[in-house]
Amino acid sequence: MTTATTTWRGVASEEQDELPEKVSVLLRARSRRLLGDLLSPYKKSIAWLTTVIVISNAAGLAIPYLVKVGIDEGIPPMLHGGGPATMLTVVGVILAAAVTQAVTRQAFLRLSGRIGQSILLELRRRVFDHFQRLSLSFHEKYTSGRVISRLTSDVEAIAELLQAGFDGLVTAVLTMIGTAVLLLVLDVHLGLVALVPLPILLLFTRWFRRQSAIVYRRTRETVALVIVHFVESMTGIRAVQAFRREPRNQEIFKELNDGYRGANASSMQLIAVFMPGIKLIGNITVGGVLIYGAYLAFNQEVTVGVLAAFLLYLRQFYEPMQEISQFYNTLQSAGAALEKLSGVLEEEPDVPEPRDPQPLPQGRARGKVRFEDVRFAYVEEMPILPNLDLTIPAGQSVALVGATGAGKTTLAKLISRFYDPTGGRVLLDGVDLRTLDEPTLRQAVVMVTQENFLFSGTVADNIRFGRPEATERQIREAAKAIGAHDFISALPEGYDTEVGKRGGRMSAGQRQLVAFARAFLADPAVLILDEATSSLDVPSERLVQRALRTILADRTALIIAHRLSTVEIADRVLVMDRGEIVEDGPPDQLIAASGRFAGLHQAWLDSLS
Amino acid sequence: MKSYLRPYVLRLVLIWLAAMIGIGASITLPLISEQVIDGPVLHGDQGALLPLGLVALGVGAVEAFMIFFRRWVQIKPVLGLETAIRDDLYEHLQRLPMGFHGDWQSGQLLSRATTDLSTIRRFLGFGMLFLVMNILQLITVTVLLLNKYWPLGLLVAASAVPIVVVSLRFEKRYIRISRQVQDQQGDLATLVEESAIGIRTIKAFGRRHHVFDNYDEAALKVYGSSLDKVRLSAKFFAFLGLIPNVTLALVLLLGSLAVGSGSLTLGGLVAFTTLMLQLVWPIASLGHILAMAQEAMTSADRVMEVMDTVPAIESGDRTIDTPRGHLRFEGVGFSFPGSDEPVLHDVWLDVRPGETVAIVGATGSGKTTLTALVPRLIDPTEGRITIDGQDVRDLTLPALRSVVATAFEEPTLFSMSVRENLTLGRLDATEEELAAAIQTAQAMFVYDLPWGLDTRIGEQGLSLSGGQRQRLALARAVLSKPRILVLDDTLSALDVETEALVEEALRHVLREATGIVVAHRASTVLLADKVALLRDGTITHVGRHNELLAEVPEYRELLAQDADFDPSEGALR
Repeated sequence: MTTATTTWRGVASEEQDELPEKVSVLLRARSRRLLGDLLSPYKKSIAWLTTVIVISNAAGLAIPYLVKVGIDEGIPPMLHGGGPATMLTVVGVILAAAVTQAVTRQAFLRLSGRIGQSILLELRRRVFDHFQRLSLSFHEKYTSGRVISRLTSDVEAIAELLQAGFDGLVTAVLTMIGTAVLLLVLDVHLGLVALVPLPILLLFTRWFRRQSAIVYRRTRETVALVIVHFVESMTGIRAVQAFRREPRNQEIFKELNDGYRGANASSMQLIAVFMPGIKLIGNITVGGVLIYGAYLAFNQEVTVGVLAAFLLYLRQFYEPMQEISQFYNTLQSAGAALEKLSGVLEEEPDVPEPRDPQPLPQGRARGKVRFEDVRFAYVEEMPILPNLDLTIPAGQSVALVGATGAGKTTLAKLISRFYDPTGGRVLLDGVDLRTLDEPTLRQAVVMVTQENFLFSGTVADNIRFGRPEATERQIREAAKAIGAHDFISALPEGYDTEVGKRGGRMSAGQRQLVAFARAFLADPAVLILDEATSSLDVPSERLVQRALRTILADRTALIIAHRLSTVEIADRVLVMDRGEIVEDGPPDQLIAASGRFAGLHQAWLDSLS
Repeated sequence: MKSYLRPYVLRLVLIWLAAMIGIGASITLPLISEQVIDGPVLHGDQGALLPLGLVALGVGAVEAFMIFFRRWVQIKPVLGLETAIRDDLYEHLQRLPMGFHGDWQSGQLLSRATTDLSTIRRFLGFGMLFLVMNILQLITVTVLLLNKYWPLGLLVAASAVPIVVVSLRFEKRYIRISRQVQDQQGDLATLVEESAIGIRTIKAFGRRHHVFDNYDEAALKVYGSSLDKVRLSAKFFAFLGLIPNVTLALVLLLGSLAVGSGSLTLGGLVAFTTLMLQLVWPIASLGHILAMAQEAMTSADRVMEVMDTVPAIESGDRTIDTPRGHLRFEGVGFSFPGSDEPVLHDVWLDVRPGETVAIVGATGSGKTTLTALVPRLIDPTEGRITIDGQDVRDLTLPALRSVVATAFEEPTLFSMSVRENLTLGRLDATEEELAAAIQTAQAMFVYDLPWGLDTRIGEQGLSLSGGQRQRLALARAVLSKPRILVLDDTLSALDVETEALVEEALRHVLREATGIVVAHRASTVLLADKVALLRDGTITHVGRHNELLAEVPEYRELLAQDADFDPSEGALR
């Protein structure tokens, strides 16, 4: 049990997006800027909204007052034999106020709802687009899990506030202010007595808000642990069962679940104190007003109507306080969400689009790649590529060979401009990659890696991803050229078969073939294959290799592979070591010599025997 | 459900008691106001004022205290119930076999363990109580009003009818439209997920705009449905505010007439209006609470759906004291439920203690299914598998799974320390054993992690490369010191040099254990004493690597990498 309590999770660096330590309703400058920016198109609508909500609340607040008028002015004439004329007028006015309130309230809810949803839509668009603009280096640090939670749970936290909290909050605040004013207008003395508990109420609410921020944080943290452990156990159930992990898992889960229970209990205890506390203050006030009011009425200083109106208003005064506090959590999580989203929106892409894009000579890429004094480092002191000079003529197939960490993938990422070099330039047909706009560059350079991601949709959709305007025929042609046509045709619905979540219904090899077809359809001048065949079994790999000869025929290619079979179709082999090219030449020449490549090649041959 | 509540019977009784007293108090308060107005104020009876006032204060305090008491006491049963069900659900899910987990996405299971249980909790802790309390309050107040002055009472009671009817209709439509929004948000989330995980592919092809357009279309759908939702609730809440106010106006009018004719006192009228306003909330929330009840029922059904699933793989009752590791497949066949095509059929294979067999076959020939049968992650639909002559189905699951350990091709790492991930199958492993397993799997990189073996890895920790993950999975399997070691293409993501080192070390491990090795590469096959060729779901050939290479063309097709690739490399043949 003791080991279960602390050590099993291990140590990790602090999460970057934990809730801010000091939770504050006041947002930081960047959040405020974002909020202002999002709201600015709706200035007019917001003015309208304010008018409508003020009218609505005024109408609502008028009603108890009108009841008072009815009792004080309408009843006496009737008691003394007069007609109900005054009373009828008052009732008519009440009805009018009720209808006004209903109409304006509906208008308010619709208008505010529409503004809220439009803002949400705009926020979704902005954040999504921004994530897509940010460079790969950002995504590698930030991880997909956090991208997803930004765009789902955080946006939903704001939606929640707009949906439930906002309306309640505005109404509650306006009602409280309006009521306080009215009470004082109705009768200053009684009004002051009714408002005496207000400071206590505010202090009490402030205490609650602070406590609730702490408890809320704890609840979020504990539930997150429960969820992670639960999901991992279920997705990894194969390993759990195969290694008899169940008892230990149950022990850990029970502990996490108890932690969550504890956090929930604190939250419920807090509310168990707060809600009746508000009620108590409200009831004592009502009692006090009743005694003092009756005393005043007894001395003819206030009318019975005023007393009745007071009793009605006081109910309205204390109930919103509970509401405001209940929305506090919503407000708080929306604030934290906005904070994180504004942080993301402020990230600058490391690989920015050029302001003044240059065209390629002759309008289309030919595929000549040149590295000029290229230096690249993820961390300043440890350059991956210290100083690289390399020219690859258009149409040449180059194989990159070398141990893990030699800089092969970095080289590939520089050509496809997933990163920019820290020094020197990378040129395509003599043009610096940094001055090419995205469509031009991506049309010219395509990289296929071993993570062959398939999007939900049909097989055809996934191949078409390489060129959205492609026809059915072109898609089939591409699949045939790669050698994927046979297996695709054998699928239940051929090219129209849904690939399932992330291509789950296909084997790794099949997914890879689809990814190849996609790249082939895109028809780039420069094709980069980074370990692209490693997940294929031998027959599929052989199929792809046969296809590669056709595919690579008239384009520049850069092939990274540790299975040397792929290397043999290359025109030229580069052996890399610690960021430098140590051997360079046609494969047979290098094999014939007695350098590193010859050694690697021999080792590979041995491994096949 | 009942058994979960049994420990808390006393508390439940107390809660109900407190709720009743609370209602009583809240109804009494307006009645005291009436007494104050009709007594001291109108009749100048100042002496009665103070006692009545004090009673009002006392009743107010009692009401507040009862709310506190009720809320405080209910914490334990409500949370206890939720926590206990969640524990049991988790335990049950861990027992359910792979077949079940293959059909159910973990997200669906999660929503049962979190959202559905919270819905049930909220209904038990809040909804159920309020449902009864509201109805109770409704009846009491209406009776009180009818008693006081029946025409007005009738009017108030009648005003409840449209509210309840409209609320119920509203809730139904609201739930429907909320579900629609939820579904659409789910679609949107899928697109977000793909855009995040597939970012490299999107960037590689420069398809930012294409992906954005898809997302935008889905976001607009959410926008549209959300607006429908806004419109619906705007209408409803406006209506909800209107009815009580109209009733109030009518009560005032008719009440004043009654006061005029002397059938109602002035204080009575004031009490009437306050009591009436007390009814607004219980009536308005009735529809909401009924909808909540309905949702809680659905949630309970969803939870029970999982809880009622009987584990298809039941533990046997025998154990093997000193397993030798003699593994036999006897006419084994397997087909997925509802499928006519068997994945495996008529598989016969005998692996003697200490022997290692490589399984070679094309993609989709059933290799992974075959390996999953040994530790009973799935059960064969035909034939049987024996270990030392015992049918694996007769063994207890813990006994079986301590004899067999598997390293999977796609390794599963959990958000835990490296150590915890490695000792998954053997919590009692010593430091020396741990170090040896790490050495065997060439996973020494773990010592260079920021906190060494205590570094958190997996989804919520440090991310590792495919090769590193595979080496950890291998170390995990080796560490559990199994009699039978199953390696399901465990080395595919390693580079050539590391692979050679790992294979060298594995040779020692496999010398002592019975081994099943799924292999794609000739180098891995060489770990084995003999090779079984799996073709179209059955084993067609068993023999030594060189024999098969020479005699079986299909085998050559699968393993001889360059068989017909480059004639100049004739050395290969």
